[in-house]
Amino acid sequence: MFSNRLFNILVPIISVLLGLISGAIIMLIFGYNPIAGFAALWNGAFGDAYFFGETIRQVTPYILSGLAVAFALRSGLLNIGVEGQVFMGWLASVWIGISFELPMILHLPLAILAAAIAGAFWGFIPGLLKAKLGVHEVIVTIMMNYIALYLSNSIVRNLLSDGADRTEKVAATASLQSNWLAEMTFYSRIHYGFIVALLMALVMWFIINRTTTGFELRAVGFNQHASKYAGMNVSKNIILAMVISGAFAGLAGAMEGLGTFGFMSIKSGFTNIGFDGIAVALLGANTAFGVILAAFLFGILKIGALNMPTAAGVPTELVEIIIALIIFFVASSYMIRWVILRFKKEGK
Amino acid sequence: MEIIELISRILGASVVFATPLIFTALGGVFSERSGVINIGLEGLMIMGAFVAIVSNLTFYSVFGAATPVISLLVAMVVSAIFALVHAVASITFRADQVVSGVAINFLALGIGLFLTKQWYDKGQTDFIESPIYSSNVPLLNKIPILGDMFFTGWYWTSYLAIALAFLVWFIIFKTPFGLRLRSVGEHPMAADTNGINVYKMRYIGVMLSGAFGGLGGAVYALTVSHNFSHGTIVGQGFIALAAVIFGKWHPLGALGAAIFFGFAQSLSIVSSDIALLENVPSVFMLIAPYVLTILALAGFIGRAEAPKSLGEAYVKGNR
Repeated sequence: MFSNRLFNILVPIISVLLGLISGAIIMLIFGYNPIAGFAALWNGAFGDAYFFGETIRQVTPYILSGLAVAFALRSGLLNIGVEGQVFMGWLASVWIGISFELPMILHLPLAILAAAIAGAFWGFIPGLLKAKLGVHEVIVTIMMNYIALYLSNSIVRNLLSDGADRTEKVAATASLQSNWLAEMTFYSRIHYGFIVALLMALVMWFIINRTTTGFELRAVGFNQHASKYAGMNVSKNIILAMVISGAFAGLAGAMEGLGTFGFMSIKSGFTNIGFDGIAVALLGANTAFGVILAAFLFGILKIGALNMPTAAGVPTELVEIIIALIIFFVASSYMIRWVILRFKKEGK
Repeated sequence: MEIIELISRILGASVVFATPLIFTALGGVFSERSGVINIGLEGLMIMGAFVAIVSNLTFYSVFGAATPVISLLVAMVVSAIFALVHAVASITFRADQVVSGVAINFLALGIGLFLTKQWYDKGQTDFIESPIYSSNVPLLNKIPILGDMFFTGWYWTSYLAIALAFLVWFIIFKTPFGLRLRSVGEHPMAADTNGINVYKMRYIGVMLSGAFGGLGGAVYALTVSHNFSHGTIVGQGFIALAAVIFGKWHPLGALGAAIFFGFAQSLSIVSSDIALLENVPSVFMLIAPYVLTILALAGFIGRAEAPKSLGEAYVKGNR
C-alpha cells in the first residue's frame, strides 16, 4: 500500500511533470520546438552568473510568500491576502528606510521588523473576523488585497512623495543590496534577502515542528472541534496563524522594498508575489523545505521564461499557463492518487 | 435643472461600471447556489473579454453591424466551456474549490496574453472597430426627468443586464430547475436521495457562471476598454464576487450590490464635479466597495447566509 508520505512527495513531482508536458504540447501545437523552448528557459535561468543572480532574486520573495501561505494552510486557513500583506510590508519597510537616519545595525533590522509587523497587521484583521465572527477568510483577504493596493498607492503619492510615482531610494543603512554580490553576478539585482528567506524557512519549520504553539496550530488545522475539546483556544490559534502568516508575507514585501528595488512605486495592479505564493505552498506540500524547492522551481520558470522569446520565439506567457496547470494538478491530487492506485491494482 | 443633470450623469456612469458586474455576479449566484465557490469569476471575465475582442476584430469584415452581438455570444460559449475546467477539477476531482478558482484566474490570463502575443505579436490587441455604442431609447427619452435619467445615453447591454437579473431570480426561485439547483447547494445528499443528479446540477451551475462571467467580461471589453491587454480586467471579477456575497446570494440582491459598487466606482471619477465630495481623497472611493463587503460579511449590514454546502465536494455515499 502506498503511504500518505509517499503520495505527498509523488503528487507534486507528477504535477510538475504534467505541467511541463502540457507546456511542451502547447509549444508543439503552435509550431515551436519544445526542446529549444525548454533549453532557452534553462539558459535563461542558469545561463550565466547574471541570470543565476536574477533567479535567486526572484526566488527570495517566493520563499517568503510561500511560507506565508503554507503556514496559514497548516492551520486550515487559506490566506489569499498574501498579496496585500506583501504590499503593506513593502510600504512599511520603505517608509522606515527613507525616513530615519540610523546606523545600519539598527536601521536594517528596524525596517525589516516594520515590514513584518505591517504584514502581520494586515493578516490580523481577517484572522480576527474569522475567529470572532466566523467570516470566511478567503473573501476578506481578497478584499484586503485591493484595499492594500489602493491605500499604498495613495500613501506613496501623497505621504511618501510629493505627488510622484515612486518614493526616493531607501537609505544605504536600510538596504539589503550588496555591491560584491551584484558585481559577482554581472550586476544582477541579487541581494542579501535570500539569507533572510532561508532563515525564515528554518523559523517556520521550528515553530511548526518543535513548539507547543506549532502543535496547537496544526491540531486546529486538522480538526477544530477536537482541538477545542482538548482545551485549546481555537480562536486564539486562528488569529495567531494569520498574524504569523501575514508577517512572513510582509517580509516578502521587504525583500522587494529593501532589496530588489530599494523604493516603492505606484502600482497599476498586483505584483503576483502573493498569488504565486499559493502555488509555491501547494506544490511544496506546506512544509518549509518543500516551499524552498517549489520557490526555486517557480523562480527558475519565471526568470528563465524571459529568455524564451529571444532564444526560441516562445512567448513568456507560456510559463503562466504552465504554472496555472501545475496548481490544477496539485489541487486535483485526488485524480493523481486515483490513477496511481488504479495502476497498482492492475499490476497485481 | 442642474441637479437632474448631475444625477443622470452619476447614474449613467454608475450603470456603465455596474453592467459587467451584474452579468458576472449573476453567474456567481448560479455557481454558488449549486454549492461551488467561484473565485474564478475574474478569470472567466478575462476569458470573455479576450474572446469578445478577438472575435470582434476577426468577424467585423464578415458580420458588419451585427459583430458586437456575435462577439458577445462567442464569448459566452467559450467562457462556458472554459468554466468546465473549474467544474471538472472541483466537482469530479474534488479539488479545493478556492484553489481551483485561483488557478482559473491564472490560466485565463496566461492563455489570453499568450494568444494575444501569438496572434497580434504584441502585448495588447488592436482597438476594435465595432464596439457597442451608447444610445437613447426613442420616445421614452422624451419623458421629462425620467427620460434624461434612464433612457438617455445608456448601452443596450445595461437594460439586458437588469432584465436578466429578474429572469435569473425567476429561474432560481420559481422553477423546478431553480429548486433543484438550490437543493444541491444546501443539502446535496438529500437532493441525491430525491433523485436529483448532484453532479449534473453543479456542472450546469458552474457552466452558467462561465457563460455569464464571460458575458460580463465581454460587455466590459466592448463598452469600456475596446481592446484586450493584461490591464483590461483587474479586479472586476472579484468585485462581482463581492456583489454576490453583498447581495446575499440572491439575484436581485446581486443586482443591487453591483449597481451600488458601480456607483462607488463612478464616484471616484465624477466626484470632482460634486461640491460635497470634492475634498474627499479618491482613495476612499476606490476602497469603498471592498470595505463595505468586509463590513457586510462581518454582519454589520445584516447577516448573510451562504448556501449550506458551499465549498464542499459531494462524494456519493459519504455521510
